[in-house]
Amino acid sequence: MSEQIDQALARKYDAGFVSEIESETFPIGLDEDVIARLSAIKGEPEWMLEWRLKAYRTWLKMEEPDWAHVDYPKVDYQSISYYSAPKSMKDKPKSLDEVDPELLRTYEKLGIPLHEQEMLAGVAVDAVFDSVSVVTTFREKLEEAGVIFCPISEALHKYPDLVKKYLGTVVPRGDNFFAALNSAVFTDGSFVYIPKGVRCPMELSTYFRINEQNTGQFERTLIVAEEGSHVSYLEGCTAPQRDENQLHAAVVELVALDDAEIKYSTVQNWYPGDENGKGGIYNFVTKRGLCEKNAKISWTQVETGSAVTWKYPSCILKGDNSVGEFYSVALTRGKQQADTGTKMIHLGKNTKSTIISKGISAGRSNNAYRGLVRMGPGAEGARNFTECDSLLIGDQCGAHTFPYIESSNPTAIVEHEATTSKVSDDQLFLCRQRGLDPEKAVSMIVNGFCKEVFRELPMEFAVEAGKLLEISLEGSVG
Amino acid sequence: MLSIKDLHARVEETTILKGLNLEIKPGEVHAIMGPNGAGKSTLGYVLSGRDGYEVESGSVEMDGKDLLDMEVEERAQAGLFLAFQYPVEIPGVSNMEFMKESVNALREARGEKSLSSAEFLKKAKEACKQVELPLDFLKRGVNEGFSGGEKKRNEIMQLIMLEPKLAILDESDSGLDVDALQVVANGVNSQRDGKRSFIVVTHYQRLLDYIQPDYVHILSKGKIVKSGGPELAKEVEASGYAWLAEAEGADA
Repeated sequence: MSEQIDQALARKYDAGFVSEIESETFPIGLDEDVIARLSAIKGEPEWMLEWRLKAYRTWLKMEEPDWAHVDYPKVDYQSISYYSAPKSMKDKPKSLDEVDPELLRTYEKLGIPLHEQEMLAGVAVDAVFDSVSVVTTFREKLEEAGVIFCPISEALHKYPDLVKKYLGTVVPRGDNFFAALNSAVFTDGSFVYIPKGVRCPMELSTYFRINEQNTGQFERTLIVAEEGSHVSYLEGCTAPQRDENQLHAAVVELVALDDAEIKYSTVQNWYPGDENGKGGIYNFVTKRGLCEKNAKISWTQVETGSAVTWKYPSCILKGDNSVGEFYSVALTRGKQQADTGTKMIHLGKNTKSTIISKGISAGRSNNAYRGLVRMGPGAEGARNFTECDSLLIGDQCGAHTFPYIESSNPTAIVEHEATTSKVSDDQLFLCRQRGLDPEKAVSMIVNGFCKEVFRELPMEFAVEAGKLLEISLEGSVG
Repeated sequence: MLSIKDLHARVEETTILKGLNLEIKPGEVHAIMGPNGAGKSTLGYVLSGRDGYEVESGSVEMDGKDLLDMEVEERAQAGLFLAFQYPVEIPGVSNMEFMKESVNALREARGEKSLSSAEFLKKAKEACKQVELPLDFLKRGVNEGFSGGEKKRNEIMQLIMLEPKLAILDESDSGLDVDALQVVANGVNSQRDGKRSFIVVTHYQRLLDYIQPDYVHILSKGKIVKSGGPELAKEVEASGYAWLAEAEGADA
């Protein structure tokens, strides 16, 4: 083993090799050479390649988890291409004007008008098209505040020490099968750094989109909030229709130092597959945040897409008085499968966590909440409140709840509430009698069910999330 | 404005309405009384088009249009309103949102512009006042945690907001104390404008002391067995419904 590492470290890469494949898509398959080429293209520091290779070797020894309440054909990791770049990326665009109009038109079709966002929403957008960041806006305003918001590949060049200090500290390389794979082959993602005491002057937002066929996407996001700082980050995703399943295994790490606050919101709208579940995206994501003293991390997610979702945004409440929150709406329809929830690990004294999970199942879909609340021996006076509600539309779908509660401290209090309800004929009839068509009625009822979560989203995205549910529910009323 | 001819309707396998006839002109208030199981609530559901209530034969025209051919929401958009006996809760959807969607859906169907938020709010506040509901009711979820009386008043509030051509009140008096009854009746009376028609379904004569009907019909076993003026309600009050059995005996 150590021989292999030595070999890898001894390996040299020349620049000519890089330009040759710069705008290409890698052939399918994964081995140490692929990782080395990937790292070379990115011009990464030596330690990064070493880190990736260690992750890869760990991954080789791991097995794909099968405990989730989902069922999908095994992924052949050797039939995936691990890198692709849009052709027009040879010269990085300096502004929107320099961006390939074809790419911009695609974004517009997806309802992501960058120009409009730039002007109206005051949102800085770091758009990821396939594996490479295409557009970054509002950089200057953020720079004034000392905030760093850039592709992680760029951060590796400009701020290597910061990345090195925090990368893998919350989600270690070998944390789980998908995280290990991501660590080995991640291509891009976002890096955010908020200096001490700074309140980020705007919402930070990244839109991801999967484009090239057969290209697994492995985003890596790292957000570091220094002492007393504050940031709100939104990630929104959508992908076009296609026939082959696509793998997405992202890792998101949040570090909230003393008195810092990170709010992370996700609207996820990837292609869920056709009526029979064919062609949808596999979404196997590891998201975790670490809270130091008095820090707060809040995860809000609205998930309507993907064929299979496996996702548990978690908080490690290490510091005393730290707070973790998880607000989730997960909607499944057709033959979608979602196994999602959270983990709240209470280590510090008087730590608090709140979990509000709303699962909506329609069609023949299956929707599972899986949540762990762990009170460590040091979690004096810690509290958790969990509310887990399921709403069924029709009679062929399923809702499942798997709560895990572990308490090693007698002073800690854990509360769990769960309900299951149906969109009733009475409710539908009332709405229709008042003049609403059935689809509008269902969407209103579902929006009402999700209200507690939607109000946690930034205003403009709450509206978007409501619309997304409405679109997703189209045709689900029989 | 409403013409029901020889209406037969069933729920599952049981025929409930067995040849019901009723003519209602604009501005008229018709009370439908009758014992439990006579088909009073069924009539409201059949007219509004609820799933599971199947018309076997007969016809219903509203303003010359075939009502039975229309979807539930189309009937509502055509001006038919049903005040529910047991209003259902819609958690998380505020009364305000619900009414706004509803008012604007009806306006859109009539080819009118949506109300602005300010116009809507003004209207909603007035409606609340009329049925003596505090304004914070607008922010609460539809019927969520409302008392029985609050639910009934909320139905009348919706009636006032939606300005239907024909309002069917399904036992809007049940479970109300005298004060609440008065409020509900006042709300209804405020909407009598000589054009709007009402079908007031009730088991008891009491409500009709407050809402003066033009006609009273006695429904029994799916048919109207007797029609008259307000004095018929007094008769029922005095003698109950037991005479119906005797009358049928006499018919045979």
